[in-house]
Amino acid sequence: MRRKWSFAAALFLGGSLLAACGGGAGTTGGNSGGDTIKLGANLELTGSVAAYGSSAKKGMELAIEEINQAGGVLGKKLELIPIDNQSDTTQSTTVAQKLIDQKVVAILGPATTGNTMAELNVATDNKIPIITPTGTALKITVDENTGKTNEYAFRMCFIDPQQGKVGADFVAKELKAKTAVLYVASDSDYAKGLAEAFKKEFEAQGGKVIGQEYYVSKDVDFKTTLTRIKGLNPDVLYIPNYYEDCGKIIKQARELGIKQPIVGGDGYDSDTLVSIAGAENTNNVFFTNHYSADDPDPTIQNFVKKYQAKYNQKPDSFAALGYDTVRLVADAIKRAGEANPVKIKDALAQTKDFEAVTGKMSFDAQHNPVKLVTIIEMKDGKQTLRTKIKP
Amino acid sequence: MTTFVQQLVNGISLGSIYALIALGYTMVYGVIKLINFAHGDVFMVGAFVAYFAYTGLHLGFIGSLIVSMAACALLGVLIERFAYRPLRQSTRIAALITAIGVSLFLENAGIIAVGAQARGYPDMLPGSPFQVGGVTISTKQVEIILLAVLLMVLLQFIVHRTKIGKAMRAVAFDQDAARMMGIDVDRTISYTFAIGSALAAAAGVVYGAYYSAVDPLMGIMPGLKAFIAAVVGGIGIIPGAMVGGLVLGLIETAVQSFGFSLWRDAAAFALLILILLVKPEGLFGRHAREKV
Repeated sequence: MRRKWSFAAALFLGGSLLAACGGGAGTTGGNSGGDTIKLGANLELTGSVAAYGSSAKKGMELAIEEINQAGGVLGKKLELIPIDNQSDTTQSTTVAQKLIDQKVVAILGPATTGNTMAELNVATDNKIPIITPTGTALKITVDENTGKTNEYAFRMCFIDPQQGKVGADFVAKELKAKTAVLYVASDSDYAKGLAEAFKKEFEAQGGKVIGQEYYVSKDVDFKTTLTRIKGLNPDVLYIPNYYEDCGKIIKQARELGIKQPIVGGDGYDSDTLVSIAGAENTNNVFFTNHYSADDPDPTIQNFVKKYQAKYNQKPDSFAALGYDTVRLVADAIKRAGEANPVKIKDALAQTKDFEAVTGKMSFDAQHNPVKLVTIIEMKDGKQTLRTKIKP
Repeated sequence: MTTFVQQLVNGISLGSIYALIALGYTMVYGVIKLINFAHGDVFMVGAFVAYFAYTGLHLGFIGSLIVSMAACALLGVLIERFAYRPLRQSTRIAALITAIGVSLFLENAGIIAVGAQARGYPDMLPGSPFQVGGVTISTKQVEIILLAVLLMVLLQFIVHRTKIGKAMRAVAFDQDAARMMGIDVDRTISYTFAIGSALAAAAGVVYGAYYSAVDPLMGIMPGLKAFIAAVVGGIGIIPGAMVGGLVLGLIETAVQSFGFSLWRDAAAFALLILILLVKPEGLFGRHAREKV
């Protein structure tokens, strides 16, 4: 017990010393001693959402390689220290602590909201900025109770309400839908958040939500409720959730003869969606996403080419956002003028018009990026770029 | 009207899937009075074995089904040999807890072996939806109903018309007396598990092909629902499992079609409680005096 306390005290002391003197390169308590600048990566490399963390890591490693080939940052090479959090919140806290002990100047990741929340306090107490590539819940960057911005937390992706809003905007303007039915997983904050934002915007634009049905995540038989929805005959179905449930819903809806457009969020971004639903059933399916690998934008094509050369596969959104995260931090270190966590945090908060692969972005006062949202249209199981919309 | 008929079709096809799983459940209970909670997980293993046989070995639907049923029959025998047989003389509750342990073991071994993520299931069952007077019926739904009826008849035949079936019934009636009559009780129970697990595997393959996704935890909910179906029909009675499954499927569909989609599982468990209160021996069960 005693040892634990003195350990915590030492950490605290180290943290405050650092904040006080602001000496990055110093050897006593300095966070970037040596020839490299260390960036920690707290990622889901195994466990239930291993696909997310693994993709993000690939994107991050590509960015590190590129930056180092171009001479590094402030004359130093970047070093990525990835540690696996096993898709587990408790592990995530431990991993963050380990990374801080290794004197990283910033922590990238984790990929999901729950795991990011688990490292928030440790990082804030030690004054280390964290940037999640893909944690979409608002509470990561904003304290839910006080409404204040979490000083050390940032994200690369858009937040849930923006996504639902853009989805509704697209449905009303581009698909010219007048009526919609929402089909929502009652136990998923993600799905409920998107549905709520969608409904608000759709109704504001003169649309009508003529039905709202619920199910529980991991259900398998949706035919009964879908038969009801078919009877309502809406112009469009909005079904926000992750790919496993939505794949099954899309398949069963098409089998029942529901031909209307089905719209969802970035949870659809997985090949598993297509393998569950069947390629031909995904026609007339749209979803909001962070970027599209088919986007002709030269920044994106350049990234896709390099990624494919290194990994021999198409980068998904997680890879793109991981790539962006490293580049944004490198940019912030440059602007801060030294590899000091507190100064990096300040530089991050001032980010303006940063040219990310996932769109030109600036941080708003709540550390959420303001950037375009991509709408993907599925065509015979392939993702294609439909349009980009400003939230 | 078409909506009503459509919902009826939905209910019957959901019910026959429950029935399919409940058949093996109820048979094992009928013979050794053990609620085999691992049944739903053998069902999961069956789905995965067929998945790999189909995608890896390209055996086709029938080939994959046979491989999967054989593999699960073996798994069932092994489970019985190592988990249940040592406890056969101990209390029923000890065997029940062991069954839950086996269930958890299979689930977690599944997660280690294939990962927790769901994966798409190949479209093994041939057929596409067709229309009858505005009602959409999928040929898969018809195939599932036929398969459930076929397996039920087959199982009835095995239990009532074959020698091993006779041995099973004797063991179910009184193990000691059966042994004295020269019946190899251990072997008979092994057969029971082999047949029950092969049935679970068949249900798993059909379930995977129908809902087109599998994951290591896919057996939990269907396992519980099949248990309810078996109890409703009268646990241990083979035609009862079929009827119980259909009743359960129709009730769930009815609840959902009136717009109470979130009450579906609650309705299923309410049915279980109701049956246990009103007619604990199930719809088809005869009231039997407890043997002392």
